[in-house]
Amino acid sequence: MASPLFWPSVTLVLLIAFNAAINPGFLAIAMLDGHLFGSLIDILNRAAPLALVATGMTLVIAARGLDISVGAVMAIAGATAAILIGGSLDLSGGEAVSRYPMWLALPAALGVATACGLWNGALVVGVGMQPIIATLILMVAGRGIAQLITGGQILTIYYPPFAYLGGGYLFGLPFAAVFAILVIVGLHALLTLSPLGLFIRAIGVNPVASRIAGVRARPITLALYAFCGLTAGLAGLIVSSNVKSADANNAGQLFELDAILAVTLGGTALTGGKFSLAGTAIGALVIQTLTTTINSLGAPPELNLVFKAALVFIVMLLQSAEFRASVRKLVVRPST
Amino acid sequence: MSVRLVPLAASVALFLAMVAFGGVSYDGFLSPQVFLNLIVDNAFLFIVAIGMTLVIISGGIDLSVGSVLALTTMLAASLTEKAGWNPAVVVPLLLAGGAVFGAAQGFLIHRYKLQPFIVTLAGMFLARGLCYVIDTESIPLRHPFFTSLAELRFPLGGGTSLSSGALLAVFVIIAALWIAHATRFGRTVYAIGGNAKSAALMGLPVGRTMVGVYAMSGFCAALAGLVMTLYMLSGYSLHATGLELDAIAAVVIGGTLLTGGVGYVAGTCIGVLILGIIQTLVIFNGTLSSWWTRIVVGALLFAFCLSQRLIEGRAESRR
Repeated sequence: MASPLFWPSVTLVLLIAFNAAINPGFLAIAMLDGHLFGSLIDILNRAAPLALVATGMTLVIAARGLDISVGAVMAIAGATAAILIGGSLDLSGGEAVSRYPMWLALPAALGVATACGLWNGALVVGVGMQPIIATLILMVAGRGIAQLITGGQILTIYYPPFAYLGGGYLFGLPFAAVFAILVIVGLHALLTLSPLGLFIRAIGVNPVASRIAGVRARPITLALYAFCGLTAGLAGLIVSSNVKSADANNAGQLFELDAILAVTLGGTALTGGKFSLAGTAIGALVIQTLTTTINSLGAPPELNLVFKAALVFIVMLLQSAEFRASVRKLVVRPST
Repeated sequence: MSVRLVPLAASVALFLAMVAFGGVSYDGFLSPQVFLNLIVDNAFLFIVAIGMTLVIISGGIDLSVGSVLALTTMLAASLTEKAGWNPAVVVPLLLAGGAVFGAAQGFLIHRYKLQPFIVTLAGMFLARGLCYVIDTESIPLRHPFFTSLAELRFPLGGGTSLSSGALLAVFVIIAALWIAHATRFGRTVYAIGGNAKSAALMGLPVGRTMVGVYAMSGFCAALAGLVMTLYMLSGYSLHATGLELDAIAAVVIGGTLLTGGVGYVAGTCIGVLILGIIQTLVIFNGTLSSWWTRIVVGALLFAFCLSQRLIEGRAESRR
């Protein structure tokens, strides 16, 4: 019980054990053409975009913020990449073509996503809006902007190198998963080796006191929103690479909710100040494993929403001090 | 004029400017039926936004309304068409169901000190998920009770008319004006939004009022669901996706402060009318793409939130 990672890990292990019980082949990992295959690898791969977005969200929430525009930012990043790379279906068997080279298109898409994050941060830090409202603006307008970029079409990306982001392999593992792990580990190192992690906690616990204590709360908060935009952009690229297209309306739909759910499951307090990147990663894995479980049970995938709702209710009640107190009263009889 | 009324006055001016622009630019824009259609086509948004107004005045937020609306259309269609229940049973049952759903959320928020945002988010997941459990396809409604009610028109003279849904919306607006400004419950809602602790210390029934506010929002969402059932004559799990955002936008544009304590039901109505007239202008223009609606609504939200902050800042510095 000492570690905040205890409950998220237990949930994940139980889910995996349940899967292994109903499907004996679940834990099997095979080596094929130098790539690893198996249900567990598949979960790792599919959880990557969510883990990335949830990582950015964790830091924003840790500093008492919230970003509900990440889904729309994903759509904007995907749309930007699609319009810049474009490409046509090449039937002649010649060289794959792209409108602009990848080294230009990908940074441009990520730059746009980071700018979206900066915009959110400026509204929160500069103007002083409530985070949920500040990011609501981009959530409403963002999909309109993405549609403006794509001209209302679902753009298809035929350029094979772009498909590597979502479908390629590195060291035998899916590239997206390796990338997400590298980002989380790198960020964890940055936050623990530098005082940045401490600063973020301080801002989350008490923004005013942290500023008085000399923490540069405003630039740090701004940077956190920008980083959250960047992670949303990365996830948007992976998702659109996965489906080889950019759909302004549906890319990243409900992702903001999944990300917040992953953050909550991982033990990060929504009131700020307490966060765990590893917990968030486990939270993202729990959500993806749940999805896989429901699919393998043959239940309609839409049931997912009901299970997620149940999960949110359970987790938030467990986090509530009032709820724990009233349960304790039921269990422990007062000694009168 | 109170500085609090500035956003509301700005909304009214904006609406009139849009009407003037439409009247100058397009033939037939200034006909009475165009304006009545603002109510007919947005009846469900009016009802949902009014429930949302009270929630936001109390200092909370309700993200579940769009999903509760969709769930209501699904249940209305499947219970009458598939289970063969009598609409006279289904309609009251669904309205009560919406109120209970909202009340449960309000209870969790008040009793266990949970954030309204997260609780209603889970409620949104739950209601939308239950829609899919019932059916993933659209269920058409052919029961004579619904079809006759849907075709019913109330003539207002000069060839203009209102639908039954629009009439319901008007009733809800009048009822909400009365509740918000002339009842003890309404004043308690304002007091809680201003400062929940002070309200409790004054001996106001904070818990009961909080549960009541969310119950009303749930009831409004269910009622809006029935209005949409009449409007679409079908139940579909994808009805009203993102409606909660439109409702919040209408509330903000109507001059209600998202921090709670300050707001107007009448302002929300202006907000819905502005959203409606943007859509009408886009339709009349004919060449603008539909996504411009979203971008303009986002820009309006930004402008109004910014002005709210500036006004708040002035009020604080004067203190």
